[in-house]
Amino acid sequence: MTSISLCLLIILAPLVASIIVGLFGFAIGKTLSHSLTTLGVFIATICSYIILYRVHVEGFSYDGPLYTWLGVDGQYFTVGLLVDSLTAIMLVIVSSVSLMVHIYTIGYMAGEEGYQRFFSYISLFTFMMFMLVLSNNFVQLFFGWEGVGLVSYLLIGFYYKRESAIFANLKAFLVNRVGDLGFILGIGLILANFGTLHYQEVFNQLPNIVHATVPYTSWNLITFICILLFIGAMGKSAQFPLHVWLPDSMEGPTPISALIHAATMVTAGIFMVARLSPIYNLSPTALGVIVVLGGINCLFLGILGIIQNDIKRVVAYSTLSQLGYMAVALGCGAYSVAIFHLMTHAFFKGLLFLAAGSVILAMHHEQDMTKMGGLAKYMPVTYITMLIGSLALAGIPPFAGFFSKDMILESARVAYANGLPGGWFAVFATYASVIVTAIYSFRLIFMTFHGEERFRDISHHDNHGHGHGHHSFKHNNPKESPWVVTLPLILMAIPSVIIGWVGLNGFINNTIFTNSVFNYSWYVNFIQHEKIAPLEMIAHSFTELPVYLALAGILIAWIFHRKQYLTKRFVNAIRPVYFILERKYFMDDLYINLLAPIGRALGDFFWKIGDMVVIDGLIVNGSAKVVAWYAKVFRRLQSGYVNSYATFMVLGIILLLTFCSKLIFS
Amino acid sequence: MIVIQQYLILSAILFAISVMGIFLNRKNIIVILMSIELMLLAVNFNFITFSSFLHNLDGQIFVFFTLTVAAAEASIGLAILILLFRNLRSINVQDMDSLQG
Amino acid sequence: MLTNVLFYLFAAILIFSAIRVITAKNPVHAVLFLVLAFVTSSCLWLILNVEFLALSLILIYVGAVMVLFLFVVMMLDIDVETLRKSFWQHLPLAIVLGLVVLVEMVFVLIAKPITLPHTVASFPSDISNSNQIGLLMYLNYSYPVELASVILLLALVVAVALTLRQTNKNSKYQNIAKQVAVDSSTRVTLVKMATETNPEVTISNKEGETK
Repeated sequence: MTSISLCLLIILAPLVASIIVGLFGFAIGKTLSHSLTTLGVFIATICSYIILYRVHVEGFSYDGPLYTWLGVDGQYFTVGLLVDSLTAIMLVIVSSVSLMVHIYTIGYMAGEEGYQRFFSYISLFTFMMFMLVLSNNFVQLFFGWEGVGLVSYLLIGFYYKRESAIFANLKAFLVNRVGDLGFILGIGLILANFGTLHYQEVFNQLPNIVHATVPYTSWNLITFICILLFIGAMGKSAQFPLHVWLPDSMEGPTPISALIHAATMVTAGIFMVARLSPIYNLSPTALGVIVVLGGINCLFLGILGIIQNDIKRVVAYSTLSQLGYMAVALGCGAYSVAIFHLMTHAFFKGLLFLAAGSVILAMHHEQDMTKMGGLAKYMPVTYITMLIGSLALAGIPPFAGFFSKDMILESARVAYANGLPGGWFAVFATYASVIVTAIYSFRLIFMTFHGEERFRDISHHDNHGHGHGHHSFKHNNPKESPWVVTLPLILMAIPSVIIGWVGLNGFINNTIFTNSVFNYSWYVNFIQHEKIAPLEMIAHSFTELPVYLALAGILIAWIFHRKQYLTKRFVNAIRPVYFILERKYFMDDLYINLLAPIGRALGDFFWKIGDMVVIDGLIVNGSAKVVAWYAKVFRRLQSGYVNSYATFMVLGIILLLTFCSKLIFS
Repeated sequence: MIVIQQYLILSAILFAISVMGIFLNRKNIIVILMSIELMLLAVNFNFITFSSFLHNLDGQIFVFFTLTVAAAEASIGLAILILLFRNLRSINVQDMDSLQG
Repeated sequence: MLTNVLFYLFAAILIFSAIRVITAKNPVHAVLFLVLAFVTSSCLWLILNVEFLALSLILIYVGAVMVLFLFVVMMLDIDVETLRKSFWQHLPLAIVLGLVVLVEMVFVLIAKPITLPHTVASFPSDISNSNQIGLLMYLNYSYPVELASVILLLALVVAVALTLRQTNKNSKYQNIAKQVAVDSSTRVTLVKMATETNPEVTISNKEGETK
């Protein structure tokens, strides 16, 4: 099979499965539904690995159109394929995680309402993500971008009978609109200034546009475009201040939290910036903006993770923090490092979410960590895999997260040394965040799997209404999840351990992405003088600060876990700070109480004044009234009397004669 | 020797008189029809004049067609007039106002 | 010189009769003055050597159209007084408009001397005017002449159709509304009848049916 057909198969297999299951799900039943979608994604995964092999070993690459979607004024919008190393890596990440999530979902969603609908959605999501990753132009990128946003919206609101789920999916949708507005403005500017939306053609024209400015201003055009595009990335990748939707998106079922809101969709923004690295390299200002926003995400949103009690929200905030890390890496010009972290993060964060889901399943949909504890001996597989995920997240060598995170810290230092605007903040935030990451991830481990078994005393009412009624663990113990749940955990734990070793050389030295991702010059210079190998790096790391910071974080988490009174005293001591953290830096309040009312007032204004008065009243009814008035006046001309017509005829003759005499004398 | 302006001015006077006729007899449709005949006569005068002075007979052929159309117009116009009188018992133009909204 | 005198004489009569046409109280007088105007014009045309048209003007207009006018005017019982009610009221406007038209036309005519292109006569002068027109009409303009005849025929039919009284029992005419409203039930009647057995009878019956 040719590589192009393989790519088509990757795209179409999930789509076909999704359509069949979405439309005929009720007819074909649950078993066939999940087999079909899983098969589709399985085919896509196999093809992805073949593509990866062909790209990296045989040096295959392709950039061409599949068909022309639309032609307007000499501008052709095509659906095309761009297959290179970056695409191949992303394909593998997306398809692998998606496959794991498909398998996991079979166990997790068993007995839920809308089982087929769920499978249809996640297959559709996989299709959209492939479209996004494989696109060779901005329009298709935007299609995929909006497509994954749509599925995300649908899946956050999966339990559509729950008030909070509807609120959360609306919030995600609206916040993403803000980002998408910036994104599409950026695309529009590119079309206006480059005359094309094809990546490679845009890159080829860059030298001509470097010094161009935005019309009527002195702003650098490239910087402007970069920042607009990054606003899109801020929405999708949940960067401050458009991050508010991500924690709420945990209202969706856990598998999609793993797939969409941790591993794949939220990294679309990171992928986009890496894909457009030739543009971003021309604008240190835009890189500075990215670094500062990434730093804020990385540190301040990470801190919020420490005080959460909902197990999924902890992981959600850690996702925000890790996305911040990726953004910092992007801002430092180390795009390949960002993709490296994206990959390791996809696996270990997917793992953490799936493990959290496994815990939630065992606790009969209880998500509050204060009602767990001591689960380690009842759920060994979940415990060990989650521990691996947490170690990887905290950056303890030799787990995957260590390598990628260490390189981000390194790149931040390099960028700072080379005078990147905001570089000092990046260094501070990333280093501080190491300790924060360790604290919240091990707080989660300790609260869930260690200590006293708080779930014993709890008898709670099940709020999913799928027939279990009241539960009690007074006499029976929590059980390990079925194999369809634990198998993905194990399969995801393996890359969480080894992917760092495997990928280090290629990603760090950018030998993989020679022709697709172009790191900024200072990072390239820096990396040329370093010789990086996994073992040396681990050995070297023990002479450096980050590992000790991480270990200190684990220690702090342990201390606070063992000595609850210390925790209470500490919380009391920092009461005002704690209050701010509890209100999430008032960001939600800012949006709900300030920005949303302003938006609504504006909307009201445009509705009442713009629409009802100006458009309906003035333009629509106004023109009708003008016609009526005109008719009323000129109706008198149409008297119906023959002689008045004769009068006008004669007047016409006179006018004509006057005109003739004018012609004669001119 | 007769010059062309004499005939042309005569036809202009004839035309002006027929225009006045339409205005003066706003109500009497018969006189209006007759005024129209006069107008056509004035037009024919022009055709004939130019034809004669240019030694070109095409103008006279055109007058022939004008006469044809004028005769047809007069016959149909009078037929309508009779029909009108039969229905309205009047030939007052002011009474023909069914088209008025 | 003589032609000039004749021209001015006829022109004066023409203008006088034209003014009387539009001012006469009695429509019958107006028609008669119109006849005078046509006859005078015919004389004026004769001055220009346009014999055929001059004679046909008298034949067609005076002989046919004016007689038609006269018939109509005499046939209709016209209340002349009401028709002339607004005559004086409209006089100023009529004079102003007529003068404007006249002044403009004359202005256009005399502002520049008219220089006619020197043309060669299309026919030798020994052929009479009627002959020339005949040649032209049936050689060059045969299609328009046929069209003109169709127009005249049409006018004839229309005039008859318009003035026909439909109340007459013997006259035949279409009732469009009835034709449109027709449906199968009023056209076809299905009759049940016994099967005929005798072939000879059937043949003789067939002829009866076609009636």
